[in-house]
Amino acid sequence: MDVLFALLQVATLALILALLYRPLGEYMARIYTSKNDLKIERVFYRLVGVDSSSEQTWQAYLRGVLWFSGVGLIFVYLLQRFQTVLPYSLGLPAVPEGLSFNTAASFVTNTNWQSYSPEVTVGYTVQIAGLAVQNFVSAAVGIAVAIALVRGFSRRRSGTIGNFWVDLTRGTLRLLLPISVIGAIILIAGGVIQNFNGFTEISTLTGGTQSLPGGPTASQEVIKHLGTNGGGFFNANSSHPFEDPTAWTSLMFSVLMLMIPFSLPRTFGRMVGDKRQGYAILSVMATFYIASVAILSALERVGAGTAPALAGGAMEGKEQRFGIFASTLFGTTSTLTSTGAVNSMHDSYTALGGMMPMLNMMLGEVAPGGVGSGLYGMLILAVIAVFVAGLLVGRTPEYLGKKIRPREIKLASLYILIMPTLVLVGTALSFAIPGIREDVVSTSIWNPGNHGLSEVLYAFTSAANNNGSAFAGLTANTPWLNTALGLAMLFGRFIPIVFVLALAGSLAAQDKVPATAGTLPTHRPLFVGLLIGVTVIVTALTFFPVLTLGPLAEGLL
Amino acid sequence: MSSPRTGLRTAGVALRAMLVLTVVLGIIYPLAITGIGQLALPWQANGSPVKVGDKTVGSALIGQSFADADGNPLPEWFQPRPSAAGDGYDAGASSGSNWGPENPDLIAAIKERKAQIAEFNGVDPEDIPADALTASSSGLDPHISPAYALLQVARVAAERHLAAEDVRALVEANIQVRDLGYLGEPTVNVLRLNIAVDELKG
Repeated sequence: MDVLFALLQVATLALILALLYRPLGEYMARIYTSKNDLKIERVFYRLVGVDSSSEQTWQAYLRGVLWFSGVGLIFVYLLQRFQTVLPYSLGLPAVPEGLSFNTAASFVTNTNWQSYSPEVTVGYTVQIAGLAVQNFVSAAVGIAVAIALVRGFSRRRSGTIGNFWVDLTRGTLRLLLPISVIGAIILIAGGVIQNFNGFTEISTLTGGTQSLPGGPTASQEVIKHLGTNGGGFFNANSSHPFEDPTAWTSLMFSVLMLMIPFSLPRTFGRMVGDKRQGYAILSVMATFYIASVAILSALERVGAGTAPALAGGAMEGKEQRFGIFASTLFGTTSTLTSTGAVNSMHDSYTALGGMMPMLNMMLGEVAPGGVGSGLYGMLILAVIAVFVAGLLVGRTPEYLGKKIRPREIKLASLYILIMPTLVLVGTALSFAIPGIREDVVSTSIWNPGNHGLSEVLYAFTSAANNNGSAFAGLTANTPWLNTALGLAMLFGRFIPIVFVLALAGSLAAQDKVPATAGTLPTHRPLFVGLLIGVTVIVTALTFFPVLTLGPLAEGLL
Repeated sequence: MSSPRTGLRTAGVALRAMLVLTVVLGIIYPLAITGIGQLALPWQANGSPVKVGDKTVGSALIGQSFADADGNPLPEWFQPRPSAAGDGYDAGASSGSNWGPENPDLIAAIKERKAQIAEFNGVDPEDIPADALTASSSGLDPHISPAYALLQVARVAAERHLAAEDVRALVEANIQVRDLGYLGEPTVNVLRLNIAVDELKG
């Protein structure tokens, strides 16, 4: 019976997303191709000093991304450092330097890794004017970069790839903000709090005391999911009943996390003038998503391992209102979208179950991935896939009429190499550097044995992929992890963006070559299968060795 | 790749854009949502407070402890799940245990809880549902499973000198079915159930 309910839950989600695919995908295509500015946008451009009709080279576009993110980094850092003079700081002290850096890097990169515990670290002003603002704009930056890459495919002999400031503004004001306003009100109706009350002391039924938290939560909660950010208003993230009060709000969060990433293939198909290309990309993403949900749900339902067997079910770290299936659906969605929110504690999953969120991230956040970043990540893999196919038949590879030449392959390959390098080097250094190893083992790691290694591996996987979820037993608020993870987040976000925009510029400058009988069609099942294969091989071969030391050893021995 | 002047110009645009967006997204937007929430949905926006008479005794969404000052469970109350938030149900320190499936501390804790709950309620250890033996993700889970609530009926009824069937009927009336009939799990809200049982006269 519960399996039937689980299937119904996935079917509901799939139906909602299917209904959104066309209208939302088309709407986004219109946003990013329209020649007209809204009145409010014209005011904004005047205030900021931007000519919205001008176009940018890829270098100028990149400069905009980097400066804007750099300003955000400094801004969020300073807000935390000067928290004591801000209103509604709940009497909390200034956030220390290392932690402020980590948190600023985390929110600017759309990661939302939380080395801090919100209730005792950040007041309301830092949350709404620092963190939540980045939740909006880092998401808008991600979509902008993806759209710039799509323009690379759709344009010919063009020196420009769009205007970053226009893409940023439209993504924020026409897409993220309106959905957030509606979503926030629905969430409040569901029980998510929205106030500036601070902590309220109450006398409980037995005469004890309890200090109930307040806060402007719903307004942040909605964009946390819609923008695939994931940073919780409270320490327990979306398992906190004030963030996620019911099973239906939890399903709504899955819709919010998936709606933009799963609809962007439609935007892509529309903009390159062939909707079938969008369906092909969507098929690859959906295949991974469905397989991953099914595997994690089955593993947690079976509940292998000493503690789950003893308790009669894998309910440690899960809320009763969600049970197994609303937890595994959310966990899969959150780790496949680079959101990183949790409504159950991944650290307490069964050994093999806990490997699934890690694998989801190790795919490179492409199924469907974060807002924007998922699409550009998948398009990079598509470039690799046509290259592999080209090698097999001995032809110059093409994708969407663009020749994939050595320059394009170099950029795609460099993109692919960044994330695994950050994950593996970061994890290895945590255990290899004397002094740091002792600190990691004695201070940071929470669970003994192989599971401890998994905690560190999970952290670097999460940071380098800009996911933000954690095996949360790990104490990450240490000088080493704050610094190393902060850098992993920044490098994991912005180095790939450099390659994506360079690729966009290179593609846009090319003319289109006409398709011939020898061209590999990239909308057919053959290509979908090939792209799935390439994605798995790139991931599995890279990470299999380290997974055997962590979750595989724990789960299979 | 760019002259210092274009770089500086871009920096200026970036700074102004961040400031304007902070005003719109970081001040106007959350205040507007707060205004709407406080006007249209004040009960939810303020944390779903639960009152007995005119005194707030908790939140319908946040679990609370029904133990004495030393942490021993009080037999006249339905007991919630184990909690890893602070010393238990500390609403300022939401957290799960984060213990892994092979962690000896978790294994020991489950064994201890199993023995304690079996003795406390006079039931077979094998009849205890998983939610009673495990800490939730938030540490503030307001719910228990219907099975765990029903398991506690005899004890609570005896302590309060109430008829067991009356208390059982109360539990059954407090079972919240799955959202839409199939989302999540059925639950019993411990605070609401305890308020109801406290109002039952023996």
